[in-house]
Amino acid sequence: MTAQEIHDSLKAKFEGAVVEAKLDAPQPWIRIDEHRIRDVCRFLCDEPGFEFDYLMCLSGVDYNDGNLGVVYHLSSMPQKHKIVLKVRCTKEDPHVQSVASVWGTANWHEREAYDMFGIVFDEHPDLRRILCGDDYPGHPLRKDFKVPEFYNGMKVPY
Amino acid sequence: MIDSKTLPTNYVTKPEKRATSTGRSLRTDEMIINMGPQHPSTHGVLRLEIVVDGEIVVDVIPHIGYLHRCFEKHAEHMTNYQQVIPYADRMDYLSSMSNDWAYALTVERLLKLEVPQRVEYIRVIMAELQRIASHLIAVGTYAIDMGAFTPFLWCFRDRERILDLFEMTCGARLLYNYIWVGGVSHDLPAGFVEKAKDFCKDFRTTLKEVHDVLTYNEIFVKRTANVGVLPKDVAVNYSCSGPMLRGSGVDWDLRRDDPYGVYGKFEWGVQIGKGTKGTVGDCWDRYMVRMNEMEESTKIVEQAIAWLPEGNVQSAIPKRIRPEAGEMYARTESPRGELGFYVISDGTASPYRVKGRAPAFVNLSVLPEISKGAMIADLVAIVGSVDIVLGEVDR
Amino acid sequence: MEELLQSFIGESWLLYVILAVPPLVFILLYALVTVWTEMKVSAHMQDRVAYMYTGPHGLFQPVADILKLLQKEDTIPAAADKTLFRLAPFLVFTGTYAGFAALPFSSAYIGSNINLGVFYIVAVSSIVVVGLLMAGWASNNKWSLFGAMRSAAQVISYEIPTALALLIAVMITGSLNLQEVIRFQDGGIFNWVVFGGPFPLLQKLLLLPFTFIAFLILFVAGIAEVNRTPFDLPEAESELVQGYNTEYSGMKFAIFYLAEYANMYLVSAIAACVFLGGWSSPFGDFMSGPLWGVFWIVLKGFFFVFLQIWIRWTLPRLRVDQLMYTSWKVLTPFLFVCVFAVGLILVL
Repeated sequence: MTAQEIHDSLKAKFEGAVVEAKLDAPQPWIRIDEHRIRDVCRFLCDEPGFEFDYLMCLSGVDYNDGNLGVVYHLSSMPQKHKIVLKVRCTKEDPHVQSVASVWGTANWHEREAYDMFGIVFDEHPDLRRILCGDDYPGHPLRKDFKVPEFYNGMKVPY
Repeated sequence: MIDSKTLPTNYVTKPEKRATSTGRSLRTDEMIINMGPQHPSTHGVLRLEIVVDGEIVVDVIPHIGYLHRCFEKHAEHMTNYQQVIPYADRMDYLSSMSNDWAYALTVERLLKLEVPQRVEYIRVIMAELQRIASHLIAVGTYAIDMGAFTPFLWCFRDRERILDLFEMTCGARLLYNYIWVGGVSHDLPAGFVEKAKDFCKDFRTTLKEVHDVLTYNEIFVKRTANVGVLPKDVAVNYSCSGPMLRGSGVDWDLRRDDPYGVYGKFEWGVQIGKGTKGTVGDCWDRYMVRMNEMEESTKIVEQAIAWLPEGNVQSAIPKRIRPEAGEMYARTESPRGELGFYVISDGTASPYRVKGRAPAFVNLSVLPEISKGAMIADLVAIVGSVDIVLGEVDR
Repeated sequence: MEELLQSFIGESWLLYVILAVPPLVFILLYALVTVWTEMKVSAHMQDRVAYMYTGPHGLFQPVADILKLLQKEDTIPAAADKTLFRLAPFLVFTGTYAGFAALPFSSAYIGSNINLGVFYIVAVSSIVVVGLLMAGWASNNKWSLFGAMRSAAQVISYEIPTALALLIAVMITGSLNLQEVIRFQDGGIFNWVVFGGPFPLLQKLLLLPFTFIAFLILFVAGIAEVNRTPFDLPEAESELVQGYNTEYSGMKFAIFYLAEYANMYLVSAIAACVFLGGWSSPFGDFMSGPLWGVFWIVLKGFFFVFLQIWIRWTLPRLRVDQLMYTSWKVLTPFLFVCVFAVGLILVL
């Protein structure tokens, strides 16, 4: 199934959920409304013909224009096609629907995105920091992150 | 008598009454234990918080991040795309060549760059030798987890020969910085081909020895068969990859199913778990997939050496690469599974965002799913069979 | 030897002290040799060379190790039960050493020639369990506690097959005194209990399968009692870090190891005494006598110690439930059958 077909069926099925798309890129992507991403993913995962059963990668991104984003790289083992989904949220209100109930692997990836970018995944089963310490200040991969001068009384950089 | 002072403080978690055979109730408690970060069988600094009822593991909560070295942050601050490669080396320190290749491949696809044929062959040789080396460690340490020490050293003996080959190629034994964007750093040295051929010939003997002493050993089979069964659908749902996925009987190998390099030219087979000794997807299957993959890799190396073309080992690219703005996710089959890099370029000489999709990170996330109800010894067997490298999990 | 000494110094405590010395000296020397042997055997199995620099082929390495261990800091965890923590290694060693008291070294020397020798050794070596439990508990470390619980369960479970296997030998030889047991088998390799004992040919052939099985089981149970691979669960390195001796360092740790090595010899020597004729020569009168006796029993003991080393560096480890299964559902029923059959054959 080509990206165009996926895009068209998503548009038909979920009215208003498809915000933006770039289908002529080397890896075509479709931007979805951040509050409807789970339904879209559930549909893509279960619907015969799509069967995106394999979430290759889930990455947080800071676009440095006041927006954060999450990028989902999906692939399908039976159909052998791929698609990239994107969502965006503002830094002030970084809420995105969690897709951990669709793909188990999203659990840790979303925790990582939360840890690094501060994106809050709504209805995530266990949203804790994963790589940084629980008491680490800020979200290090944001472009405006400043390394704190002191961390737990230790001078940084030492 | 021992007074209550000497009891460990967090000893009691969930008081629970249980009837005994005498009819009287006896209170039993679950105990929380930290397995790691310093523990012999967590293969690094993984910390598993396990809740045990006697010897039976009730719950497992993995805690990671002890080896976090800010790979992604570092990558964003590099002034050149090539500079990320040494960092990529250190992600999965047991298969640096594969990491280099995965990153280089992503940037090359971003640049829409074709590398010379000789480079493709050299990369295949290196990646497959690396796969053997990495699987040797996986199998060897797995033997140690099971209490058998001898196969471990046999595996290391042969890994040493691969490291010698790498050393004569690029001078380093562990972190190579050999596969660059657009090519490789040096051509193969004189004598490499002969030594690699010798290695492939001798290596099959080692495999046979390990099979004899470990694979079909009754105790080993009893310890690993039917333990930590990862069903097919769970494996796919958790995006497991590599031997973990194939061990569950999913016929999926990126070298064949999402081709990169010149793998299409060689004759080799994808190895999947068949449940020979127990259920499909148990620890023994995962172990066996690794053993068989080493044999397949040997075949690939032999073919690649035989057909190695002449030519350049670097394509003509500027010292400072400036890919046009865009993004690319490319995935390769590293020894541990799907190693992908997601690179966003903003048109400057330093990457805007690099995300490493580490196979061990993803494979580890399925651990709580498959280890509940196992015994502590089984948990060790399961963690060993996932084959994690903490450098990659924590990045 | 006891009588000889008695004639010199009379009945006094000094006599017993002197009699107690040879096993201790033997254990220390033997441990040095075995540590070196184990390292060398394992190294050669693994394509390595092991110690090469400390003396010829690293012969002095065990001595260097002892010097190192003596200098090491003796740490005790702050939350440990200090008294029990200090006591445990010595108790473990005492249990093993007490077992040596009734172990014959030659026709002329035995620490204490008691009539219940076999029974005594089985009983007294159980003190080891108390020591191990004590160590695990006092360390106040959950992994240690696991190791202690495992070792208690394991050693006690494997006492049953050990005792039953010894019972078979006792039934055949008709004595619990180890010297008597050995004298019964004197007169060459074919009189050994493992080959059916000194009976008429038919009876011998009937007994042979049962005694042989009993002997094998005794050896297996012996390995389990000394906690070595494939039964090294109490100190399973990859699971329990080091089990009950995780928190021990320096000389206390060394004493645990000394006890383990001594125990290795103890179980080997008992197997050799009751099934393989102890100090008696395999060639009948040739090469027999008190001094040759020492040679033979040490040789036989060492052979089994070597076998234990060999097995350790070859096999993986069992799981806890499999370990219990092996003891209760395989070895013990087999032995019940053997005991019954041997009894029947002896009566007929």
